Amino acid sequence: MDTENTVRFLFCGDCSLSVEFGNEISPDCNNRIRGLTDALTKKPIRGISECIPTYRSLLINYDPGVISGDSLILKIKKRLSALSDVSDGQKNIIVIPVCYDGEFAPDMDNVCSHAKLSKEEVVRIHSGRDYLIYMLGFLPGFPYLGGLDERIHTPRLESPRTTIPAGSVGIGGKQTGIYPLASPGGWQLIGRTPLKPYDPEREEPFLYAAGDYIRFKPVSLQEYDSIKAQCDNGTYKVERIKE
Amino acid sequence: MGLKITSPGLLTTVQDLGRFGLMAKGFSQSGAMDADAFLTANRLLSNNDSEGALEMTLMGISGEFTEDCVIAVTGADMGWQLNDKELIRYQATEVKKGDKIKSTAAKNGMRAYLAVAGGFDIPVVLGSYSTNLKCGIGGFHGRKIQTGDELPFRFERGQLLAKYKGTSEIPTYDDEEITVRVVLGPQDDYFTEDGKKTFLSSPYTVTMESDRMGIRLDGEKIEATDGVDIISDGIALGSVQIPSSGKPIIMMADRQTTGGYAKIATVISVDIPKIAQTKPGAKLYFKAVSPAEAQKIYKRHKRELAWLEYRLLF
Repeated sequence: MDTENTVRFLFCGDCSLSVEFGNEISPDCNNRIRGLTDALTKKPIRGISECIPTYRSLLINYDPGVISGDSLILKIKKRLSALSDVSDGQKNIIVIPVCYDGEFAPDMDNVCSHAKLSKEEVVRIHSGRDYLIYMLGFLPGFPYLGGLDERIHTPRLESPRTTIPAGSVGIGGKQTGIYPLASPGGWQLIGRTPLKPYDPEREEPFLYAAGDYIRFKPVSLQEYDSIKAQCDNGTYKVERIKE
Repeated sequence: MGLKITSPGLLTTVQDLGRFGLMAKGFSQSGAMDADAFLTANRLLSNNDSEGALEMTLMGISGEFTEDCVIAVTGADMGWQLNDKELIRYQATEVKKGDKIKSTAAKNGMRAYLAVAGGFDIPVVLGSYSTNLKCGIGGFHGRKIQTGDELPFRFERGQLLAKYKGTSEIPTYDDEEITVRVVLGPQDDYFTEDGKKTFLSSPYTVTMESDRMGIRLDGEKIEATDGVDIISDGIALGSVQIPSSGKPIIMMADRQTTGGYAKIATVISVDIPKIAQTKPGAKLYFKAVSPAEAQKIYKRHKRELAWLEYRLLF
């Protein structure tokens, strides 16, 4: 693979190393990062304490008392050359039910008028494709999703809200995402999921990881309430699809 | 029981070495801002390095012990008193039920630590005792310490070791001016030669807006070649981010895991505690070292800390 020639190794002080795969947001670049992250998870290099995958780079925290920065780079170069095609071609899809109605969608009208589309069309477009999770950041479980249909790109609110309820689904410019926690924010809110993308009380606190795909599934207010009740008593089974 | 708080100070939270393994999920690292002072407090008491301790900011706590214990205070000098007599920092001190502990505003340094032998009896949340205020988890009910809180001890009297004799050298902090060492990068190529020269030669002032997330500096603007926006990537501890204002922010324990501003340099890990102890108003200079030199300094520092632990065994 030509990976070796295009990858840059950037020291971040004495305890972190950034492995940069390119300077673009693309599924291909992100896939290579996932490949390396998986390889390092399956067969760890001694001294590495943490791997943080992002759009186009992998930040590695390590202990230079265990492995020197230069040896770490050599080992990672070896791993990179051993990665053939990192993608197994299978998509790991997590289905997120979203109610796009009423109080859950205070900015739906903004999005509709900006896109000159009906609400039904906006919902159909938003829930009509799978979104790659490029990375998680900002808040625990906040997914940076790629691939929002251009027709529903909408500028952020002029003045951000001081609180956005947990589970809100919104559009901010070219991006769409879910607020896993109540937080201030400036995105246009078009729906809400009854699921908790992050729940510290749950055995597996996070529903998804970088590299997974999210599929939004429209549900009625009634279904929302029923799923929410199941989530609260721990009986809801999150729909996961492999394609 | 434990320690009953009568005055909570400005910002007092339980911290440990940090919450690791979840940064890929967007979880901040958290943990003690001055890891050296924190570690020393635990080691003076033969605690595990990862035991939770109180971190106090600018102003310490006052309170009453409702259980016998052995404690150690480290870090900033907050005029500590036990029953109106001076409580010496950096040594293990026996306290009795009914004893009163008192402190003032920091006379030297910025952050102090109080550890108890055996630790506080609080749950581990997502692998750590550290308080994450943004998410409301960890530490004491996920929040800062308030008046009336009673922090329970894990050990009862009978479990305390017969004798704690740990003492350690008391550091003094420079409250006027510090120099911190940095490794340039990962995005130093976003800045002009003049910009880099400014960064490495001008004094920067620590501002009041600094907190556990970041130390915000004021001073000469650092010139970028063509903007400071990057495709968001991971933020290491000590990253020096340059936002569009051109004024540096040093990213600390509670920093977000990812961000979209160029990072001109990264403070070496050994100098992070120094920054954590620097008060608003102090001047800060940056000095560049090579990655190899930074790693050498790290290893030397680890040996010094290990020596303290070894010495306490005898």
